[in-house]
Amino acid sequence: MAKKISNSFTNKELLGFYEKMFLIRKFEEKAGQLYGAGKIGGFCHLYIGQEAVVTGILSSIQSEDTVVTSYRDHGHILARGVDPKFVMAELTGRKDGISKGKGGSMHMFSKANRFYGGHGIVGAQVPIGVGLAFAHKYRGEKKISRVYVGDGAMNNGQVFEAFNLASLWNLPVLFIIENNRYGMGTAVNRSAAGKELYERATVFGIKGEKINGMDFFEVSQAAIRARDHIYENSKPYVLEMDTYRYRGHSMSDPATYRSKDEVNEMKSNDPILSMKNKLLKDYKINEDELNNVEINIKKQIKEVEKFSLESPLPEINELFTEVYL
Amino acid sequence: MNILLPALSPTMEQGNLVKWLVKEGQQVNSGDILAEIETDKATMELESPDDGIIQKIIVEEGSENIPVNSPIAILKVDGEDELPNSGLVVNEKSSEAEVNIPNDIQSTSVSISSIFNNQVTDDKNWSEKEISMREALNEAIAEEMDLDKDVFLLGEEVAEYDGAYKVTQGLLDKFGSKRVLDTPISEHGFTGLAIGAAMAGLKPICEFMTFNFSMQAIDQIINSAAKSLYMSGGEINVPIVFRGPNGAAARVGAQHSQCFISWYSHIPGLIVVAPSNARDAKGLLKSSIRNPNPVIFLEHELLYKEKSNVPSENDFLIPIGKANIINEGSDLTIIGFSMSIHRILLALPEIQQLGLNPDIIDLRSIKPLDEECIYQSVKKTNRVVIVEDGWGNTSFGSHLSYLIQSNCFDYLDSEIVKVSGKDVPMPYAENLEALALPTREEIISAVKKVTYKN
Repeated sequence: MAKKISNSFTNKELLGFYEKMFLIRKFEEKAGQLYGAGKIGGFCHLYIGQEAVVTGILSSIQSEDTVVTSYRDHGHILARGVDPKFVMAELTGRKDGISKGKGGSMHMFSKANRFYGGHGIVGAQVPIGVGLAFAHKYRGEKKISRVYVGDGAMNNGQVFEAFNLASLWNLPVLFIIENNRYGMGTAVNRSAAGKELYERATVFGIKGEKINGMDFFEVSQAAIRARDHIYENSKPYVLEMDTYRYRGHSMSDPATYRSKDEVNEMKSNDPILSMKNKLLKDYKINEDELNNVEINIKKQIKEVEKFSLESPLPEINELFTEVYL
Repeated sequence: MNILLPALSPTMEQGNLVKWLVKEGQQVNSGDILAEIETDKATMELESPDDGIIQKIIVEEGSENIPVNSPIAILKVDGEDELPNSGLVVNEKSSEAEVNIPNDIQSTSVSISSIFNNQVTDDKNWSEKEISMREALNEAIAEEMDLDKDVFLLGEEVAEYDGAYKVTQGLLDKFGSKRVLDTPISEHGFTGLAIGAAMAGLKPICEFMTFNFSMQAIDQIINSAAKSLYMSGGEINVPIVFRGPNGAAARVGAQHSQCFISWYSHIPGLIVVAPSNARDAKGLLKSSIRNPNPVIFLEHELLYKEKSNVPSENDFLIPIGKANIINEGSDLTIIGFSMSIHRILLALPEIQQLGLNPDIIDLRSIKPLDEECIYQSVKKTNRVVIVEDGWGNTSFGSHLSYLIQSNCFDYLDSEIVKVSGKDVPMPYAENLEALALPTREEIISAVKKVTYKN
């Protein structure tokens, strides 16, 4: 069994991170069910399997820091602390959704929680996230912009433009490449030349490393290392997360491009189970406490589901509001 | 040989002789710097075309507004006679093919500025001075940057180079490199960056060296800037101005001569403005910078030098969404914006000779559109001509004619005639380029058609 990794988190904090991972997992499973039941429409990209990434990064975030990501954003907005019932009500397209039912699965934002979307065009969030970092620096704030980017977007031109600008202007931004091995149905080795994706940022003078994205503790430690580097050097940083999504690219993807064996092998290294084991064995957290967390989350998800289905459709006049301010 | 004042930019018609770096009688070699010439874009060095002796300086240093191709000095080339041989003078017109240019915008600049100077667009007694649109835009940016520390400027060559078209001249010195930023040639990246900064509450002015290059960034403009307010349920607004020259300048060819009015006015969430004169440019740019929405601010390179009386006060604003009737008449309504207004004014004397006095509406804002102003005029005149530089297919002008027929159907006494750019990529040759854009003759013929004077 893995040894206890030294860090400054209390057991209570660790339980909080476990709770977050478990929440994301159960939320996404419920979203999958509601999609199957026809309650959620359109595109719906689930985060199941990748929870350690967003939670490990969360462990390094200050509340004033900003976050931006792509369309696979449910886990990211939940990690930022937005109430899951408003997120689920957005997925069901209801009035109480975080975007009032006008954004959908891919377009959720919360200024109060410093979450800047939720962007549906592959790669577009990367220059935007660099812009958030620009604003932090411009205003002399000690904030970091965290930008999530998938392996598929790592072949998109604007990502390189953003790397160049971030490094050229010494902006406080952490790029987190969530390499889940497939850009939709195309494996990374069929789409990206070269060895490692993060090296595409290091050529711009951005320090970077590749991390086991299936382990909360490894992600957390790297995230803290990256944060401190950004604080000390006022320069960007890149972390490539080796991770995996258990489900297809979206709900409509049968994922026939990969073998059952591959999926099962990755599932045997499940980030939630492995964190639970570590909390039990290395941190001596009581099993009852962990079970309680799980029971409470399952209860919460039932309420979330109910809320998201009972919330009314948006008012008709919402069609024409918020085009302009 | 005569040394002529060269054309050092596509739009340069005259220049200033800033400084002579040689004296009469001085021996020079081909490629030596003879003088500094100030163009409409920059101060450039003039090189000697040959080896020889500076025989005579014709134009003193400090002289201004010297026409392109006029002799400024005489160079005695080694082996030549004492006096310049007229046969060697370059750019001699007589040897050229006869060029028939149907439309000469430049020749009307004086009357155009006098028309705009006679406009009373607001009640207040402003303290005004006559400046060019280039200077007006510069003033607008500087004033708003002074007033609001969240306003910053970024783009290619906006800082150390002083702006590719001198619009941002001096702003780096005034505001420093934190607020005036030269970007790499990286439209997609720096546009996305600017949008992200705007989402965080800053107010970027994002310059495109020309709007042709905005196509590199159009996904960010439409998908990120225009749609975020709506798809976030009102949570995230994007207070940003995208500005730069739009449309056809002068002989810069197909990839650098395109009007984006129809493209951007198609998009919900974007504001689109296109001023035709310096006064409107300043007032509208200031309003655009203060606006909490993304604004597409379309300038025109050929209008940068156009002068009009412009208020100097900080609180001079022109509201977005208000058209301006620049000539009041009753016989027909002619609608234009930006450069097409100047084409209409060029045709005006001939229209008046037909005994017709038109309402000429300068839209100024394309989105939102001052529909009330348009419909009131059409209900008065019952006849409409629309002039747009852009291509006519699925164009803004087509949409405007739809709006007019659906709102003023019972008032129309004739079909609506639209004069658009021709449905071709912009040709390079001078005569073809002029024909590709709306010509004076086409405007006059459209006027005759709607008034049944054919």
